[in-house]
Amino acid sequence: MNSAPAAERGEPLLKVRKVNGWYGESHVLHDVSLDLYEGETITLVGRNGAGKTSTLRAIMNLLPRRSGEIRIAGRDMAKVPVHRTAHSGIGYVPEERGIFASLTVSENLMLPPKVAEGGMSVEAIFDLFPNLAERRNSPGTKLSGGEQQMLAIARILRTGVKIILLDEPTEGLAPVIIQRIGDVLVELKKSGMTLLLVEQNFRFARKVADRFYLMEDGHILESFPTAQLDAKMDRLHEVVGV
Amino acid sequence: MTMIFGIPLPALLGQLLIGFINGSFYALLSLGLAVIFGLLRVINFAHGAQYMLGAFAAYLLLAHTGIGFWPALVIAPLVVAAISAVIERTMLSRLYDLDHLYGLLFTFGLALILEGTFRWYFGAAGQPYAQPQILSGGTNLGFMFLPNYRGFVVVASIVICLSVWLLIEKTRLGAYLRAATENPQLVQAFGVNVPLLLTLTYALGAGLAGLAGVLAAPIYQVSPLMGSNLIIIVFAVVVIGGMGSIGGAIVTGYVLGILEGLTKVFYPEASNIVVFVIMAVVLMLRPAGLFGKEI
Ligand SMILES: Nc1ncnc2c1ncn2[C@@H]1O[C@H](COP(=O)(O)OP(=O)(O)O)[C@@H](O)[C@H]1O
Ligand SMILES: [Mg+2]
Repeated sequence: MNSAPAAERGEPLLKVRKVNGWYGESHVLHDVSLDLYEGETITLVGRNGAGKTSTLRAIMNLLPRRSGEIRIAGRDMAKVPVHRTAHSGIGYVPEERGIFASLTVSENLMLPPKVAEGGMSVEAIFDLFPNLAERRNSPGTKLSGGEQQMLAIARILRTGVKIILLDEPTEGLAPVIIQRIGDVLVELKKSGMTLLLVEQNFRFARKVADRFYLMEDGHILESFPTAQLDAKMDRLHEVVGV
Repeated sequence: MTMIFGIPLPALLGQLLIGFINGSFYALLSLGLAVIFGLLRVINFAHGAQYMLGAFAAYLLLAHTGIGFWPALVIAPLVVAAISAVIERTMLSRLYDLDHLYGLLFTFGLALILEGTFRWYFGAAGQPYAQPQILSGGTNLGFMFLPNYRGFVVVASIVICLSVWLLIEKTRLGAYLRAATENPQLVQAFGVNVPLLLTLTYALGAGLAGLAGVLAAPIYQVSPLMGSNLIIIVFAVVVIGGMGSIGGAIVTGYVLGILEGLTKVFYPEASNIVVFVIMAVVLMLRPAGLFGKEI
């Protein structure tokens, strides 16, 4: 369903056009444009410092300064304050995971407010992540890295968002955990969730991604469908350097 | 007569009680400071002035409208909280992006203006504020005579401190507060109105100071400088307990009040400085305070 040419798919759910971003004087995003259609998964790849995290932060309005056009479901996000951004139906799983040490697992899970109907129930989330259920009363940061990542994803699933931004969810995790997170993402995709994934691990990303965007020095170099991934491997290794 | 270390028991218990009452105020005030510092990272030098405002609000309510102690116990803190919320929204919130020193200077200036205004208008002398009728008199505990109002203050402060602790540790609002203390940006990205949370927190801290002020009015009289006399000790209490630790601020407040009371019995000459001596020792051994985390 996602193989249709963009022109036939109408308006993207998340549209990023010529977005520039700055940290103080340093200009880190240069005319970044990307489209994310409903139910689609795109993966942003690029070496460390390319601007992948900054792109997600720009979308969440967390950069100190940004310009350009960002639309969610057609709505212009330029003037929407940070704390209203999520209410447009977008959830964020940050690179550092952002589990709160002074909150228990279940407090972490319940923290993000519901922004729309249709989120998963707590029971369904605990079914999906049984180890979180077992540790619901321990402090968030007593969890293993993999469990923290699952909690970071789980708490967004409760909120009813339509789009999830995931920043390197497999970074530093053991293969079995990566497998588990991959299964969860595939499930989410099947259920119609729209995902923007930042990932260095191509083998992991190809299981869920419909398209790839290649990023370098704050620029988007190109985008291509997953079917072309093998043909693009040399180019990817050259740009990403892994 | 029963003697302990050569001190008559009633004298000892009497000072212990005075220490406990002072400790009740230290705990209430350092709790408010810790709540504000935890989330806003502002050392609220206006805290003593807000305590004074609470006492004056009660005094003025009684003098001008005949509204007595019990309604004032609710109204005065709300008034102080509302005024403080407006100050936070219109002024203090503009300083969050700057060095924390600016917040400290701002609240210090605010305290001077508030106290100066009240001093100009009411003079430096204290105004008496009658304790509520129902709590007049005292109770003979067998070993000592306990004025009822003072007993009430001790119980009230424990209940208030416990309620605030529960609010912060056990409720959803408290979870927002704790999370925003760790990572305000992320909490905001989740869709929580963090600027509003900051305003409410400042109002809560200031309202607690106002509440302490109402409780203090019948004991210490109502005067423009009542806060600045007390707040120096309270800052020492907060430094000893560790900035930003809610439980630590409460416990340290009571313990230091009691230690101060005991010092009055055993070595009266030191009673005015004992808190500061403890502060110096704690700063040398644990710079982050007894309950604080290194920041
Ligand atoms: N908080 C920050 N302040 C200043 N510069 C930053 C900050 N975060 C990232 N950068 C810079 O922005 C650029 C893009 O970084 P980032 O978006 O984190 O890249 P990636 O996620 O692709 O590794 C890098 O040059 C990085 O040094
Ligand atoms: Mg990154």
